[in-house]
Amino acid sequence: MKVLMFGWEFPPHISGGLGTASFGLTKALLKTGIDIIFVIPKAYGDENPGKVRLLNASDVAVSITDEIFKSHWDQISYLEVDSTLLPYSTEDEYFTILEKIEAGTSSEKITLDAQKYTFSGGYGKNLMEEVRRYALVGAAIARDHEFDLIHAHDWLTYMAGVEAKKVSGKPLVVHMHATEFDRSGENINQSVFDIERSGMMAADRVVAVSNMTRSIVINRHGIDESKVITVHNGVEPPSTTSQVENKKFVKEKIVTFLGRITYQKGPEYFVEAAYKVLQRDPNVRFVMAGSGDLLTKMIKRVAELGISTRFHFTGFLKGDDVDKMFGMSDVYVMPSVSEPFGISPLEAMRSNVPVIISKQSGVAEILKHAIKVDFWDIDAMADAIYGLINYPSLPQMFKSYGKEEVDNIKWDQAGVKVKEIYDQVLVDYHTK
Amino acid sequence: MKSVCLYFQIHQPFRLRTYRFFDIGKNHDYFDDYANRFIMQQVAEKCYLPANTLLLDLIESLGKNFKVSFSISGMALDQFELYAPKVLDSFKELADTGCVEFLTETHAHSLVSLKSKSEFINQVKIHAGRIESLFGQKPVTFRNTELIYSNEIGDMVFDMGYRTMITEGAKHILGWKSNNRMYCSATSPKLKLLLKNFQLSDDIAFRFSEQRWNEWPLTAEKYVGWLSSIDSKDEVINLFMDYETFGEHQWEETGIFDFLKAFPPLLIKKTKMRFRTPAELSSKLQPVSPLQVPYPISWADEERDLTAWLGNELQDEAFSKLYDIEDKVLTLNDPDILQQWRYLQTSDHFYYMCTKWFSDGIVHRYFNPYTSPYDAFINYMNVLSDFTLVVEDKYAAIPKDKTPVKRKNLKHKTL
Repeated sequence: MKVLMFGWEFPPHISGGLGTASFGLTKALLKTGIDIIFVIPKAYGDENPGKVRLLNASDVAVSITDEIFKSHWDQISYLEVDSTLLPYSTEDEYFTILEKIEAGTSSEKITLDAQKYTFSGGYGKNLMEEVRRYALVGAAIARDHEFDLIHAHDWLTYMAGVEAKKVSGKPLVVHMHATEFDRSGENINQSVFDIERSGMMAADRVVAVSNMTRSIVINRHGIDESKVITVHNGVEPPSTTSQVENKKFVKEKIVTFLGRITYQKGPEYFVEAAYKVLQRDPNVRFVMAGSGDLLTKMIKRVAELGISTRFHFTGFLKGDDVDKMFGMSDVYVMPSVSEPFGISPLEAMRSNVPVIISKQSGVAEILKHAIKVDFWDIDAMADAIYGLINYPSLPQMFKSYGKEEVDNIKWDQAGVKVKEIYDQVLVDYHTK
Repeated sequence: MKSVCLYFQIHQPFRLRTYRFFDIGKNHDYFDDYANRFIMQQVAEKCYLPANTLLLDLIESLGKNFKVSFSISGMALDQFELYAPKVLDSFKELADTGCVEFLTETHAHSLVSLKSKSEFINQVKIHAGRIESLFGQKPVTFRNTELIYSNEIGDMVFDMGYRTMITEGAKHILGWKSNNRMYCSATSPKLKLLLKNFQLSDDIAFRFSEQRWNEWPLTAEKYVGWLSSIDSKDEVINLFMDYETFGEHQWEETGIFDFLKAFPPLLIKKTKMRFRTPAELSSKLQPVSPLQVPYPISWADEERDLTAWLGNELQDEAFSKLYDIEDKVLTLNDPDILQQWRYLQTSDHFYYMCTKWFSDGIVHRYFNPYTSPYDAFINYMNVLSDFTLVVEDKYAAIPKDKTPVKRKNLKHKTL
């Protein structure tokens, strides 16, 4: 079985969940004996795809004489770039990438006679245009390659997937890693929603990363529930064997929030819960690591509550600093308002840090050794934090069981489930 | 002539309310009166009252041929008085028939037998006294919380004057031996032991409405057939189960009441087997062999051990903190403090902290007010933190010269 897979990122050039997840799944699928052509908008040349055949969309020549392409080309002209759009912003690196794009590559002028288009591969302000162009490439690749089915990851690649299906007639599976509702709450970007919806409508199966996501696409996008299947993500085993030491430079317990400081991640609930805990127990420090559009608001609120000496902001952390932060933490809190899956609590648990996660996260569906609270229930959140830093057997339990639990959440299980979906889709396709 | 011994356990814990850490030091109100009242009244309607009526009818029609025994925890008795006095009246009616034996247990339905001999004795005395004053009979048979038993516990029970005790017919204790015989303690040989036939008990208590069970539906005819086909050397079949089996664990719609109504008359009619109480069996049967039980057994789960209540870090911390304040609580001798301390000892609080149910059966989730053991632990520890503060404040306020000398008989046992 050969699968034509459309992604937007591939390690090491990832900005968050999407790249990690599609890479993890791809590796697991290879183990089941599936061949994969993985298309990404821009290959940097330093990816290590292993057995995956990596196709760089920027290298694919697209002729504009084709009818299909023409129709897209026409649309590109009126797809205005929405400057406030946070298109797919899983992690803080979004901001770094944005700067990079603004500095260089994306300013390149696109002319109608260009046959190759250099994608930025990021999430810049020309994103909608890139998504359209990626669709053209999808069609071209579908025409020039042999494969049995198509698999597209998140809305960015759905149009490419749909075009590939149109050209080849092969079945399409789309993968929903995050919906527009998760990213934007109720103030959704209509164009993104439309692409999500039409991609799922055109697909033969929709894979959702959690039951929560599944119910969003059924109830909000109106997708037929019989074709939406939940496959929970896995987590990669740690890349290095060296354990980050628990190096703390303060005597107090440390409670950490780590993620984008945006509406979706619920940072204000963390601040309010911190205030409640500090009222009672001054022997604790809170850390908010990350950046985002709510950062200044959070700093102001912390000052207003008068807890600045016990509440710290680190700004955006990456790489080793993330591991160090986990190493210092006694509690990790993920108060997300809406989290399709949520891999960071798993990373915390892997570092032996007990976690408190919101019930509004996909990962809450599979984790047992975590304290689960409603994101808005700051009393319960504060209570859980207090319990973890005051009753010693509680973190002890997490150390005994949490790591073991995380080590058993493997991509291989997800790979097997996705393969079953492929098999089913192909049976349907051949009996049609 | 073989015997069938029916014993029903009745217990409801005083469930804790959601008690946040900001309540510590401010609010000394720990129990969820609303939930406790609601659950008690609901179970009374669905189970205790209809089942008692049914048993009264059976006794009326079968006379002395039909006997049952009950153990009602002090926590259930307290809640009957508070929330469902009618239930207590109907148990008194049952007591008056002379066909019902009431067993005794620890007042708080606690795990204290594993921790403190002196407090264990206190709780058994309190409970036996309550039973005698309520039902007019002095209990002679002892039943420990969750049927927990070990040599050591047997010794304590024997020392208190009891000559019969009931426990689980745990396979790892019995080996090839039948649980349908009378046994005795290996260390106190005059203490007789009746062992639960878990197969036949669980057929009713757990499997009755299980449609995937290949014996479903269980009829009185089928069940009486099983009872009468046991080995000819066997003397007694001990059917021990929660009374809530009738109407609560197994809903009325499953036909559980019809079953309970039909099987005793059928057994009496079709076989020579008779219903007897533990006290009657104790005088009738001689032990066939002593039972060596160095490590405590219970009636829970496949393991029949203590791991549903104790053993994980959460349970052990909560349990040891609870008994750390024993001396101070007893020294204070304040009725309210004593009552709260005992309510906090009920085994259910520790059961809610069990992490086994992540892999183990659905039974653990029954009546569990918490969504996870972590929530259960945090809530319990918040309450215990406040309670400990109260105890310590009061203790510190005792004038120094009046502090009583430490009692001598306090003997702590470690797990």
